[in-house]
Order: sequence, then structure tokens, then C-alpha cells
Amino acid sequence: MSDIKLQSKTPDGPLSEKWTRHKAAIKVVSPANKRKLEIIIIGTGLGGASAAASLGELGYNVKIFCISDSPRRAHSIAAQGGINAAKNYQNDNDSVYRLFYDTIKGGDYRSREANVYRLAEVSRNIIDQCVAQGVPFARDYGGMLDNRSFGGAQVSRTFYARGQTGQQLLLGAYAALNRQIAKGSVKSYTRHEMLDLVMIDGKAKGIIARNLVTGEIERHGAHAVVIASGGYGNVFFLSTNAMNSNCSAAMQCYRRGAYFANPCFAQIHPTCIPVHGDQQSKLTLMSESLRNDGRIWVPKKIEDVEKLRKKEIKPSQIPEEERDYYLERRYPAFGNLVPRDVASRAAKERCDAGYGVNETGLAVFLDFSSAIQRLGEKVISERYGNLFQMYEKITDVNPYKEPMTIYPAIHYTMGGIWVDYNLMTTIPGLYAIGEANFSDHGGNRLGASALMQGLADGYFVLPYTIGDYLASQIQVPKTDTNHEAFVEAEKQVREKIDRIFNIKGKQPVDALHKKLGQIMWNYVGMARNEDGLKKALELIKELRKEFWSDVYVPGENSEFNQELEKAVRLADFIETGNLMALDALNRRESCGGHFREEMQTEDGETRRDDENFMYVSAWEYKGKEHDPELHKEPLVYETVHLSTRNYKD
Amino acid sequence: MKFKLKIWRQKNAKTKGQFETYNIENVSPDTSFLEMLDILNDKLIKEGKAPVSFDHDCREGICGMCSLYINGRAHGPDDEVTTCQLHMRKFKDGDTITVEPWRSAAFPVIKDLVVDRYAFDKILQAGGFISVNTGGVPDGNTIPVSKENADESMDAAACIGCGACVATCKNGSAMLFVAARVSSLAKLPQGKIEGAKRAKAMVAKMDELGFGGCTNTQACEAECPKAISISHIARLNREFLCAKIQE
Amino acid sequence: MSNIFCSTIGKKLIMSISGLFLVTFLLLHLSLNLTALVSKEAYKTVCDFMDTNIFIQIMVPVLALGFAVHILYSIIITLRNMKARPIGYSVSNRTEASSWASKNMFVLGAIVLCFLALHLSHFWAKMQLQHFIGGHGKEAYSLLIELFKNWYYCVLYIVWVIALYFHISHGFWSAFQTIGANNSKWIPRLQCAAKIYAIIVSLGFISIPVYFFFGLYTV
Repeated sequence: MSDIKLQSKTPDGPLSEKWTRHKAAIKVVSPANKRKLEIIIIGTGLGGASAAASLGELGYNVKIFCISDSPRRAHSIAAQGGINAAKNYQNDNDSVYRLFYDTIKGGDYRSREANVYRLAEVSRNIIDQCVAQGVPFARDYGGMLDNRSFGGAQVSRTFYARGQTGQQLLLGAYAALNRQIAKGSVKSYTRHEMLDLVMIDGKAKGIIARNLVTGEIERHGAHAVVIASGGYGNVFFLSTNAMNSNCSAAMQCYRRGAYFANPCFAQIHPTCIPVHGDQQSKLTLMSESLRNDGRIWVPKKIEDVEKLRKKEIKPSQIPEEERDYYLERRYPAFGNLVPRDVASRAAKERCDAGYGVNETGLAVFLDFSSAIQRLGEKVISERYGNLFQMYEKITDVNPYKEPMTIYPAIHYTMGGIWVDYNLMTTIPGLYAIGEANFSDHGGNRLGASALMQGLADGYFVLPYTIGDYLASQIQVPKTDTNHEAFVEAEKQVREKIDRIFNIKGKQPVDALHKKLGQIMWNYVGMARNEDGLKKALELIKELRKEFWSDVYVPGENSEFNQELEKAVRLADFIETGNLMALDALNRRESCGGHFREEMQTEDGETRRDDENFMYVSAWEYKGKEHDPELHKEPLVYETVHLSTRNYKD
Repeated sequence: MKFKLKIWRQKNAKTKGQFETYNIENVSPDTSFLEMLDILNDKLIKEGKAPVSFDHDCREGICGMCSLYINGRAHGPDDEVTTCQLHMRKFKDGDTITVEPWRSAAFPVIKDLVVDRYAFDKILQAGGFISVNTGGVPDGNTIPVSKENADESMDAAACIGCGACVATCKNGSAMLFVAARVSSLAKLPQGKIEGAKRAKAMVAKMDELGFGGCTNTQACEAECPKAISISHIARLNREFLCAKIQE
Repeated sequence: MSNIFCSTIGKKLIMSISGLFLVTFLLLHLSLNLTALVSKEAYKTVCDFMDTNIFIQIMVPVLALGFAVHILYSIIITLRNMKARPIGYSVSNRTEASSWASKNMFVLGAIVLCFLALHLSHFWAKMQLQHFIGGHGKEAYSLLIELFKNWYYCVLYIVWVIALYFHISHGFWSAFQTIGANNSKWIPRLQCAAKIYAIIVSLGFISIPVYFFFGLYTV
């Protein structure tokens, strides 16, 4: 099934030359014309901030929107471990091809070859750019950049700044953005939320935004709109995402006709602090880098498990030979550094078998004792000091003395708005970058690759590819925000807000959101099956009804109203959850983060079905009353030889 | 655990605010402070009352969004944490807990406990960057940076821009915030080039926005969730004074 | 450097330099005072020297200027800092965060200033000033005996010196911090040095009234 709208526009030629050739072929906009063009960017994380800064430097007029009080609060800031780049500084035979191959393989062959190769190619420039911006990457004693290794890779290519790499990279991009704001080429709208995309003649021409302080509904026009609003992990309520992370901007685009791709691909991160009770608001991630030196285990004997749960013994009292280092046992070649989806499922397998080590039975150990013995406490504290401190603050357990307890949690969403090679969505003039799009990570993202993708898109891809479209817009005057499309969109937004206020039901937004999270975690979580997914669709339908008839939002629109913000976002989460379940039901194969119980090997590994599912599923919105329509973009592998992912030998 | 909460309520920037008292029960000691406020809000909403507005986002101590002045201390009674990392086990059962917004002329209250910290953005816009465009930069390893300098730069760069330094300083001074940025860049060869210009521009902006001056009380350092040292303030002073004298 | 002193840091630089100047003066003043513990003659010799030496004559107005500038800028800075927080906190619990002295420098300074005025009227006005205006100063040593006879004057004097102790224990290292001559290693060292300096100066000054009040002198 080939679809007229789903043209990936992947350039011809050998894989390693596609990007170079493409850059040479696409149009550019002259400096004089750039000054006349306006671009709106939604979100100021790594993707949004780097894109806004770069486009501002080029001379475009950029408007950025973020829901926080400052661009620096975007959730990219919470990324801990690092950023991959094929620099081969360690002389361990890394290369662009190897990074590309690891990423494709890590993604379980569900990403677009050309996009991933480009990502690996520009990864090298990102490090140079960040160093020039003053990002204080870790250095060795000779003054050179230091690297660590990460899951899914057998080379050391991860650059890091203590356990705060995301923060440092974001501060770099944010600084570049600030420079443009000071120059006037970028205008910053903080505490503003996009509530609709405005289209004129089939092209993206602006947005409707709500000023979160005053409640004013504003119209903003542009020649192009870029969505950099991150992923939809908060569908699950409990996730490692920030509390305000949401997918509303993406869902507005979806509703206006942008296809939504691979929604079922969500990543469960194996190393999060386990849930402690029902009042919990979010899950805290412990960086994957901990798996460099930490060893994951559960007791071999069920009696030990019971004693642990009753707190009769401490984990450190269980002798070495009574411990089951199950990752090392099952995957000798990669051991504790298998990709995230594999590590998560292995933890679930042990816990389902009854070996979970805390009261809830949903936790495994991450142990540093052998690393501390080998390297000393000082080295470990230098590497992970802030993470250990954070762990102790939250759990009141000292990880230098006793192992950490961890359990998988929703962390990242590989799916997102469908984009072509130029990062343009199915709506002309609408782009999606970073986690908000779907293109680079396939069924599973490798650690330290999210930062890489966000910055690659923002610094080195979008600034080129957006020119190809904008070159056709140089004659188009400034968008008139009095156009009827704006009037209509604004009216719809106001109606939606009024409708939410007028429900005046009984349930607070969070209560409903928790219900959605429960449905998603139980049926669309780490392991999925046909019956469960069908059940989930039913339950989501009921929840949708419940939301629209029983939610209670206090206060009014014309004020700072966090409950209203949450309610508007929840309405979109419900739709996203529905889309995820639909997509998961459709994809009858196990692949990356998507595990269909019907499709597994005898020893519980994923079983892909390349014959029937080697495509990107792209969903088209068909109105409230109808199910979305599935479109398929076939994935063509010209270079990579498909194989079963094997981390055993 | 149960608590009596005295919380600052203010409808918006224009109205006057006042304290309201609430009682809360059945709070687990493992609950974080913000989760405790979530529980309170859930209760308030169910009672048909307006929930307490407060800023929060990542809830893991890195975004710098949360900003509460709890029992007379920025980010509450624990060291090196943000409010979101503060847990109720740090309080005694039955305690009265007073919660106030950051107080500073430069941080006006938006609602309840939410303040406007855009002043920090303005300071950084004035010069908290290295003027380098995307592309056309040398390889990352071209200029070696000693581990010592990289580490010290990182110490300063750990600032999360939460504003606890301003909130806690008796002078409402933003010196630690400004110093963290200036110092972080000054420790790197890439940042040295514009060092003088940066220090002057950022200090001028800080003064213009109505922050107080530093009197070296060290309160900022003690309350900084990232324990940023006032030695960075000394470096800022040095950078600024040298820059001014050379003018 | 045209507008250096318009900035908050520039204003603090003035405080810092004038403060260090005054701190140096204190040490000089103390060493002169301590001669009174040696003998009446020794004290008389230095008093005569102070009254007649041309360098000292020049330094007196400079010193006065130092005081004036230090006081004036402390007022300017304090007023500005008060404006930075128009609404205060209802609960404040920063006791551990910073030293008591550092938070009360203005008050401490004001106490020092009040006693300074008293001190000037009691000693300086009757001694050095008389020489400057051509009169005859009171015999210095007997002035000491006379004033420190009164227990209340001694108490006032000691209170003053204690205030001075706190003022210096913060001001001394703080001055280096403001100039920028500081780093993470030197902050604790200078803080320690400030304490030692403040102890030496205050013990030195206190020794004088104690010496005279308890009549340890021989005439």
C-alpha cells in the first residue's frame, strides 16, 4: 500500500552520501529573504532550543513557545547519562557506520535507514558545537574529552558531564537561544501553551496559544511551524517524564491532519526507583550509566526473597553464590549492558516469577559492591556521586552500603508525528523534531541517543531542510491572524475550554489521569496481548466518557489555572492512549519496546515479523466519531542486513 | 503523619495575599513535599475550594521549577535538595509547616506560591553565552581543557536557576546565580574570550532588575540545592573588577 | 572604568577598600595605645609624635574621609538591599546558613559608630584636635586614668570593642572576597585569619580599660 502523503523523500545514492547529496540538492533562502520569513517553534528542549537558536542565527524571525517560566526548564534537562557520538576518540574502532548500525539494531529494525545514518553522521558535529558553546564535558587528565559506555554498544562513545549531561547540553542550547533573544531574532513566549494549529489552504500557518498567566487566547502567525514538544510518556501518569510534559501540541497537529506514527513504541527504562505507594506523582530515573558498574541481580532462593520482603535480612548479607545475576546469565556478551527493552523485560520476568525483592514484589537489585571493591568508593562517587545522593534522598538507603532497588518505568516514546527525510510532517509547513517525531529510534531507543537526536535535528538537520520549503514561501506575505482560519480555530479553543469548565463533575483531573495510567500500564505496558489491548480500548472509551461528563476543574479561564492546563492535556492523553492501544493491537509482532505475548521465542525473547510488519504505521485522524485510518510506510533496508537481535554472544 | 499547613494564598499579582491554614492527615513519611501538596489539592478540589498553585515540573531536582520557602528556609529543612526532593520524613508528626513564595522585588508573585523568575532569563540574555554560531567550530579535542578546570566549570554549571539564592539572601541578591554562569564559562578557554564583556553585561543587568548586592553572608551557598560555592562569587568579582578597570 | 562605582560590585569595592584601610588603621591605633601599658613616658612620646609628625597630620583627614566613605556607602548599599525585598518572610530560619555578624553588619557598624563619636569627644577632641587648632591638649595619660576610672565607661568601651570584633570578623575576609582575592581554598583561611585578627585587635583594646580600671599602672 503506497500512500501519496507518506513519501519519505529519502534521497537516492549510497547510504553514506545521501545527506551530502540531499543538502546539495535542496533549495536555500537568501539572507534578504530570511528576514521576511517567520517560524514558530513549540517547545524549548534540546530540539526546540537548538533549532530556534540556529534558525535565529541564520536570520529568520523565530517565535518560541514554552509552558514553563523559562526555556531552561524543558525536560531534556533531566537526561543524566550522556550523548553518543561517533568520534572514535577511544580508538576502539567506532565509526559513523557502527553508531548507525547499533542504532538500527537497537531499534529492532523499525527505523528509517537514511535518517539514522544522517543522525550518526552529524553526531560528531554536535560534540564540537557543544564544546564551543562552553559545555563542560568530562575530561581526562590529559585534557581530552572522556567517554563512557552505554547499553546496546560495545564501544565507548558516550560523552558526559557528570550525571547532568542533559542539563549541560540544554544550557548550551539555551545560551545560544538567549543570545538570539537578546539580538531580537528570536522572540520568547514563556508560560504559553499551544492549543491549536492553524492551517490556511492546507498549509501550517500559525497557532492558537493560551497565555498561562492571564488565560488570554492569542493568535500567532508564521510561514512554518515546528513541533518540538517532546513525547507522550505521561499517558501512563507515572513515568520518568516531568509532570508538565504532555503531548497536546502533537495531538493538535494530529487532529489537523498530521499522521501519527508508531504510537505503540514506548520505551520502558529498566533502572527507575520502584513505586512506593499510591500517592506517588512520578517515577525517578537512575541513569543507565549506572549499569556500567552496577550489577543487576535477584536472589536465587525464594526463601531469601521472602526474608528480604520481611526485612529480616539485608541484601548485602546474601552470599555471592546465592545471587542470580540474571542479565549476565542470559546475555553473556552484553551482560548488564543489554538494551533497555531487554533489561526491562528480564526484570519483569524475574518479578513475575516471584523474585521481586521489595514489599510490592516489583523490584530488583542494582549492586555496586563489586565495583566499589575494584575501584574504590572515591572513583564510584566521582562517577555517580550525584545519582547516589539523589537515590539516598528519595529512599533513605545508602547505595554505597546496600544495593539500589530498581524497577522498569515508562521513560521515552519512540513513536511520534510522522515526518519525511526533511522532518516535515504530512502537513506542508509543519515540522516535528526531537522526541516529538518518530523517525530515528524505531522500536527502541538506545541510551544517550535522545540527546543526540534532539540536537542533531535542531542544529544540523532542520536549519537546512526547512529552507527547502521556505524557499517557496518568500513571496508569501506575513500571515494575517485575522484570517477566518484563525478566527475559527480560536473559537474552537474557547469552546473546548468552556466545555471543560461547564462539566462541573466530581473528579479531579489527576484522579482520572491515574485511571488512564492504570489502564495503560496494565494492558499497554511492558507486555501486551490481543485480549488486553481490546480491553484497554474499551476501558479508554469509558474513561473518555467519564472525563467529558465527570471532571471537575475549579477556577476560571482568565487566571493562572493549573487544573485547567492539566484537564486540557488529559483530554489529549486519553486520545493518545487510545491511539497507542490501537497501534499495539495492529502490530502483531514483538519488536523493540513493543512486546506482544503471542509473539515470543521459547526463551521469552521478542519475535519480529519482518514479512508482515516491516513498515511504519502512520495513523490519520478521521474525526471524533471514527477510528483513525492506518497508513503504512514500508521500510526498505538497502544497506543493513536484517537479523534477529542477539545480545547473548 | 499529620500536619498543619500555613500556606500563602494570593489570587494574582495585583491582589494582596494572606496565609490560610489547612490540616492534612494520613501522609506517609516517604511522600515527597510536593506529593503532600498534591494530596492537599486533591482534598481542596473535592471540597470545591481553589487548589494551591505551585511551580513544579521534573520532580527530580534538576529543572529548577519548584520554589517554596518552607519553615523559613528555601527548599525546606534539608541540605542540597530542591523542594521536590524533600520528603515528609524530614518533619515531625504534628508539625506546623509554613509555606511561602520566594520573596524578591525581582520575582513578583503570579499566584499563591508561583513567582515570575523571568529576570533570570534576562540576565542570561545579557551575556550568559559564548558568541558562537552553529557550525564552523573546531573539533572538540582541539583545545585541551585541564580536568581541574573542566571540573570547576561543571561545579558552577550545576546551577539549576531555581532562585533559592535570591530567596534566601537577606539582600535578595542574585550574585550566586550570576557568578555560577560567569565562573563556569570563565574556567573554559572557549569562554575566556568574551569574559570581560560577559561579566560587565550580566552584572549591569542584574543591578538594573532590582536585585540586591552581595554582602557575603554565605546564605546562598548554604541553601543552594546544588551547593554552589561562593568562591564563584569571588571569581565574578575579580572578572568584573578587572574588566571595569581595563575600560 | 567610568561607571564602576554605579554597580553593586563597585560600591562594595569601596566598602572593601575603605574597610581594609580602617582595619589597618585600627592596628596602628592599637599599637600606640598599648604603649600606655608600658609606661607613662612611652605613651607620652608616641602622643607627641602623633601630634607633630607631618605624615600623621596628612593622614588624619584621609582617615576621616575613609570613615565617611565607609559609612556613606554602607547606607547607600543597605537602602538598596532593603528595596530588593519589599515583602519579608513571616518565618525566617537562616541561623545555620550564615554567621550572625554577616547578617548584622549595618547594625554592628552603627554601634561602632555611636561609640566612636563618644570616643572622639572624650579623647581625640581633647588631645590631637587641640594641637591642630593651636591649643594645648590635655595630658593624655591622666586623661586615660580619669576616664577609665568609671566602670560604666569601661563597660561601654568593652561593648564597643565587642561590636568591633564581630564587625571585623566578617568584614576582614569579606573585603578580600569582594575584591575577588579569594577561592575555595582561601575562603576558610581568610575567615580564620579574620577571626584571629579580630581577636587580637579586640583583646588589645580591651586590655587598656582593664589595665586602668584595676589600677595596674604606676604614676
